[in-house]
Amino acid sequence: MRRALFLLPVALFLVLAAYFGLALTSGRDPHELPSAMIDKPAPAFTLAGLDGTPGLARASLGGQVAIVNFFASWCIPCRIEHPLLMRLSETLSVPVYGIAYKDRPEDAQQFLAQLGDPYGRVGLDESGRVGIDFGVYGVPETYVIDKAGRIRLRHVGPLTAEAVSNELAPLVKMLGRS
Amino acid sequence: MMVELGHFALVLALLLSVAQASLPLYGAARRHLGLMEVGRGAALASFVLVALAFAVLINAYVTSDFSVANVVENSHTDKPLLYKITGVWGNHEGSMVLWVFILTLFGAAVAWFGDNLPPELRARVLAVQGMIGTGFLLFILFTSNPFLRVLPAPANGQGLNPVLQDPGLAFHPPFLYLGYVGFSVAFSFAVAALIEGRVDAAWARWVRPWTLAAWCALTIGIAMGSWWAYYTLGWGGWWFWDPVENASLMPWLAGTALLHTAIVVEKRDTLKSWTILLAIVTFSLSLVGTFLVRSGVLTSVHAFAVDPTRGTFILLLLLVAIGGPLTLYAVRAPALKGGGLFAPLSREGALVLNNLLLACAVATVFLGTLYPLFLDAVGGPKVSVGYPFFNRTFVPLMVPLLLAVAVGPLMAWKRGDLLGALQRMWAAFAVVLVVVVGGLYATKGGPVLAVLGFGLAAWVAMGALTEWAERVRLFRAPPGETLRRVVNLPRSAYGMTIAHLGVAVAVAGFAASAFETESIQTMRAGDTIPIAGFSLEFTGVEPVQGANFNADRGSFLLRRDGALVAELHPERRFFPLHQQTTAKTAIHTNFLADFYLALGDPDGKGGWAVRAYWKPLVPWIWIGAVMMALGGLMSLSDRRWRVGAAARARRAPPVAAPAE
Repeated sequence: MRRALFLLPVALFLVLAAYFGLALTSGRDPHELPSAMIDKPAPAFTLAGLDGTPGLARASLGGQVAIVNFFASWCIPCRIEHPLLMRLSETLSVPVYGIAYKDRPEDAQQFLAQLGDPYGRVGLDESGRVGIDFGVYGVPETYVIDKAGRIRLRHVGPLTAEAVSNELAPLVKMLGRS
Repeated sequence: MMVELGHFALVLALLLSVAQASLPLYGAARRHLGLMEVGRGAALASFVLVALAFAVLINAYVTSDFSVANVVENSHTDKPLLYKITGVWGNHEGSMVLWVFILTLFGAAVAWFGDNLPPELRARVLAVQGMIGTGFLLFILFTSNPFLRVLPAPANGQGLNPVLQDPGLAFHPPFLYLGYVGFSVAFSFAVAALIEGRVDAAWARWVRPWTLAAWCALTIGIAMGSWWAYYTLGWGGWWFWDPVENASLMPWLAGTALLHTAIVVEKRDTLKSWTILLAIVTFSLSLVGTFLVRSGVLTSVHAFAVDPTRGTFILLLLLVAIGGPLTLYAVRAPALKGGGLFAPLSREGALVLNNLLLACAVATVFLGTLYPLFLDAVGGPKVSVGYPFFNRTFVPLMVPLLLAVAVGPLMAWKRGDLLGALQRMWAAFAVVLVVVVGGLYATKGGPVLAVLGFGLAAWVAMGALTEWAERVRLFRAPPGETLRRVVNLPRSAYGMTIAHLGVAVAVAGFAASAFETESIQTMRAGDTIPIAGFSLEFTGVEPVQGANFNADRGSFLLRRDGALVAELHPERRFFPLHQQTTAKTAIHTNFLADFYLALGDPDGKGGWAVRAYWKPLVPWIWIGAVMMALGGLMSLSDRRWRVGAAARARRAPPVAAPAE
């Protein structure tokens, strides 16, 4: 009986560790505020493009599944996820659109010239106004828009290979079929 | 090149830590002196290496080396030099290097000052320190390497979060870590004792100064953090029961319990297995705090970037570092022989009560902090536990503790006389009566609980003074003898008196928060508002240019009965790089009360939101905390702890004779 008492601390700790493990592996992110925009139509916007290229507008979305990525030249995680976006734009049969968030046109231009341009179209959101309408918390953020122009997925932070293969790619395929 | 040198130093420190963790342990089992001594050399060398790596990282920040990813993410050329340096530990990777730096610092200190320890014990303590070091160096090198390069290097960095660019916060993490990591020494001593299967008074005497040092640093660290929150966040609050604040409070509470129970082991040779458990739990709570902040399992304003791999790694580390010793405890602790018996009403009994209440307080804070996590893990709704829970559970636990703090030191060891002790506290009863009755009369229908809080503070203060008066036989012995006793009283006794007085001062500061007044309104230049017997005139706002921010600087005149008391200049700072606004509050204090002023947003029509507070006794919260830490340091300077100091001095090499 007395020995059992001495086992109590380690037993309690193991229960606690199990909870920690559960919380870690559940994949739920306590920081991720459930997006109010999920399944709602994407907000209306019209953005100028880079250096004479056509810009990006709400009208460009819809009709087909699309991926919208908020990025900025000053954002290091954006550099990290950039190769993944390059690969996405080649492997997925849907357009990837970029929105340069609070960025100067020449910086965004140079960023894409340096690292490659995965985007079908780029819109310049210098004021961050469109970001607010989407509910962007910080860059990078990635959205999947379905054929009806509704937001179906919001990914906060840099895309990871895991997130792409487990969430984004299956969803895009599923939406493409329906 | 420099950066690679730092990286390399960390790798080398890891290899040395592995040696430190294994060879002395084997040596101690085999009674092989040479192998045991490896621990000391390895501990000193790994300290030098980690210090080198840390210096390299600081250098990269100071010289704005933007080929280092960590510097890019957290620094900027426009940042003042102080914040370039403090930016090193303002982020996850850099703060982990600081963590390990302090760990190896303590390890080196044990190796350096440990001459008076038995070689086996010293070898085992250093080995356990080496194991902790190994774990955390692996963590840094594999998941949080601050020395990674980015190529091509960006032209400039992203800067440090403006909220963190503050002198008060600059030195908050180092003190906090000195506290957290300092408890690792008590932990290592506990694990070493379990391996040896022996705990005695000498063991407690070695453990106490380390625990005391860590506790003092943690007290200062927590106080700095809360003071910073008070004057920068602009809402006048100083404790928010945020998960990260709680993560620092839990080791502090457990460390406080450990300090007191170690006295019992030292003086009375009893409560051994409980003390060992507390030493393990205190450091474990520090580790859990680290996990919570860095794994992203809890939401907090303090949390670092979320990374699941890091979380998994730390969880594995926790399993080994906490699960291991607790298992060892389950196996070995039942065999520890208890020492002297004692009656429930005795000094030991009072210290047990102290421990019981502090342990309950830890459990309460723990539950409140992790409840949202538990609920979320089983699929419940997302909830947050805040003020109401903690005020209703934590405060009632503190009341009996404070009542007992005053009486405990007056009780004799083994069998005390509670009635006698209370009789000797007649002066305390009288003062408390005056404070409570006077307070109730003066506030007339004001907050009764706050007045009782003042009574409690008076009770604690009088208890500490009564104990001191008894020791020096104040008014009982001739003045000459009293004076002699005042001078000869050991510093540890003064330490206790000062620390307990600090508790009283802080409690008075907490209680006084019920009497604060606030006034939040829109003011235009020329407006005057009355607040708490003062009149506050707003004379205008002018733009000011800072090193890396633009500010609106408000000017206010604070008057009392027409006489100018102070000119106040709160600012509203805008950091263009982060598109973020912070408040620079203006505080006028006379150490009895603060007048606290924050400038909010303009309404676009010439008006400004102004938040003004009058906060009586709020400075006492931090004065009390500083007194507690000072008491600890006073006790630490007691010559009792330096047993063996003489032996060390004898062995020091003779001073070279001056050349002719």
